[in-house]
Amino acid sequence: MPRRSLLAGALAASVAAALPGCSAPRRRAADGSVTLRFQSLAWQQESIAVNRRLVKEWNAAHPKIRVEYVQGAWDGVHDQLLTSFEGGEAPDIIHDASDDLADFAYGGFLADLSGLLPRPLKDDIPDHSWQTTTFGDGVFGVPFLQEPRVIMANRTLLERARLRLPTAEAPWSWTEFEAAAERLTGDGRYGVAWPLKEPVSATLNLSLSTGGQVFHRGADGKAEVRFDAPDQEVPRVIHDQVNTARTAARSTLGMGGSDTLPGFFGGRYAMVPLGFSFRQQILQQAPEDFAWTVLPAPAGPGRDQRQGVSPQTLSIAEDCPFKEEAVAFLDFLLRPRNMVRLALGDWMLPTGRAALADPALRTKRHGWATGTALARHLRPAPAQSVRGYPEWKDKIATPAFQEYYSGAIGGGALRRKLVRDGNLVLARYQR
Amino acid sequence: MRPTANRRSTARRRAGRAGQYLALLCYLVFLAFPLLWLLSTAFKPPRELATLHPTWLPEHPTWDNFRQAFDEQPLLRAAANSLLAAGGAALIAVVLATPMAYVMARRRSLLTRAATGWVVVSQAFPFVLVIIPLFLVLKRLHLINSVPGLVLVYVTWSLPFALWMLTGYVRAVPAELEEAAAVDGAGRLRTLVSVIAPLLAPGIVATALFAFITAWNEFFFALVLLKSPEKQTMPVVLTHFLGDEGVADLGPLAAASLLATLPSLVLFSVIQRRITGGMLAGAVKN
Repeated sequence: MPRRSLLAGALAASVAAALPGCSAPRRRAADGSVTLRFQSLAWQQESIAVNRRLVKEWNAAHPKIRVEYVQGAWDGVHDQLLTSFEGGEAPDIIHDASDDLADFAYGGFLADLSGLLPRPLKDDIPDHSWQTTTFGDGVFGVPFLQEPRVIMANRTLLERARLRLPTAEAPWSWTEFEAAAERLTGDGRYGVAWPLKEPVSATLNLSLSTGGQVFHRGADGKAEVRFDAPDQEVPRVIHDQVNTARTAARSTLGMGGSDTLPGFFGGRYAMVPLGFSFRQQILQQAPEDFAWTVLPAPAGPGRDQRQGVSPQTLSIAEDCPFKEEAVAFLDFLLRPRNMVRLALGDWMLPTGRAALADPALRTKRHGWATGTALARHLRPAPAQSVRGYPEWKDKIATPAFQEYYSGAIGGGALRRKLVRDGNLVLARYQR
Repeated sequence: MRPTANRRSTARRRAGRAGQYLALLCYLVFLAFPLLWLLSTAFKPPRELATLHPTWLPEHPTWDNFRQAFDEQPLLRAAANSLLAAGGAALIAVVLATPMAYVMARRRSLLTRAATGWVVVSQAFPFVLVIIPLFLVLKRLHLINSVPGLVLVYVTWSLPFALWMLTGYVRAVPAELEEAAAVDGAGRLRTLVSVIAPLLAPGIVATALFAFITAWNEFFFALVLLKSPEKQTMPVVLTHFLGDEGVADLGPLAAASLLATLPSLVLFSVIQRRITGGMLAGAVKN
């Protein structure tokens, strides 16, 4: 988002300098109690209800540490938080996505939680999840919910085509996936619909399975863009499905995930790669007789099912005067039982091992078991900590991938744009 | 004229008029489409929202979207905040802009020309640049996270255009009327209040409407400046129905959006007659 970088630069340069010493008002009452502001980005009905209930439970049990629930919004959250930080008005406890944290962490706006987090919580979340919130030597958020990309499939069509249904233990290879899409194409129907309105994160995250990384760190710690053979495999599959085999619908390339659902329900698309949480929309909107299933994303060589994710996180503002109290609330919110409730509310996977083992998330119903089986393959999104990634994504990679997938340019031109133009962008952030 | 030619002329005229009405109807349908679709969506259950063959009318109309929207978000409070911010901004903008516009229209000097230039240039500033000085000023005034602070921002934002609009309206009022008022002994303020302002009424109303709608729909300043949930405005609360990467809870969002359009619609329907009436009155006087 160009506005984001412009605002970031402008604010960092001027507002911070002009407002020394402005800090959030201390909120310790005369009776010694404190009030913490928790800005949540929960937006689905069930998710909002769970968050509010948890806050209520906490407040009932901890009258001296009151938590005020503040509803935030994903739309514009970066700009909103940035101005809040700069003006000393940030919420104490901040819900965000891990790929949005780098600028805030490096800018000194978020508290380093590494010495504050209780051991059980630390141990319960795997190291690779912690990597998504680790910047430099500090940990600037607790990753608590994540969602793999899966394939939502029309069960009736798959069974009619006599296809082997892949499982997390025996996934399709990318080649099998291409063959399945071919078998499912015909009679005005496409085997697959790729909703690629935002093609970059989907491509990069799925490319982990074929060994794609795109961003490589040199010995000096600087990131460099490459687009080698493993990086090219997943984009090639999508490109060929749209332009050569014609097994993927061209019209969905510009769509968001929700836009493809009517076509999915109407039998126009047999499979749609979507985020795990889309199950909730499918359940809510699909015709009652619509049979659907959740398939794991195709695997790379050696059944490599790795894929990148940017978990949802909870952080604490550096300005918060009551960090220990805020951590105590986080600890409560992210207890395994509560993490399960949050995961169910958001239709996502918890990061914590104990929560993942909960039977409520292991049920085959609505594809939960497929998702939980994929959890161990989830890795930090390749671009997670690369400074300059948002600009690279918006100015270089998004238009380049869109042109490539639509067939306007070939693989060579795509590579040139991503690498040559992309490294010029990254260089500005890494001088 | 012969009867046959007369009939032909009448038929042509009728055909022309029918064509005009048809064009007008097409235009109205085009304009009304988003609103009608929003209305239809707000009453559709989830299963009717995601179908390949959407219908104009909900097959199983439901109030559930409204119920859910009100259950999840404080829509009435947000509407009240928006009303306060937009109404306040519109009122202050016209109160400030009217005398300023009068001066700019009637006094031709280097200063007024410079002011006019500044008004035009100020419209070119993007929000992200304006918000920095505004944020600084509001911070110093302890007006961050307050609706009056937001009103101040909206006034600042809409004043140049309001001034630009009203200057045009003032210029349309014949200077002879002021001379007549002066002959009758009216001072400058009296002339402005008793002679110019009534003639400017349609312009003032139109300007106020513009300022109101601009403020009512504004999202970015409200998002950045208001922190407390109880102070958030309608556009900010509407985004609470959106998830990451633009996924939306479409039914409740449509229901809430429909409510958000109502004040503008009501205001327009009430004021429209006033604007038209005022314009005609001006024409007769002229």
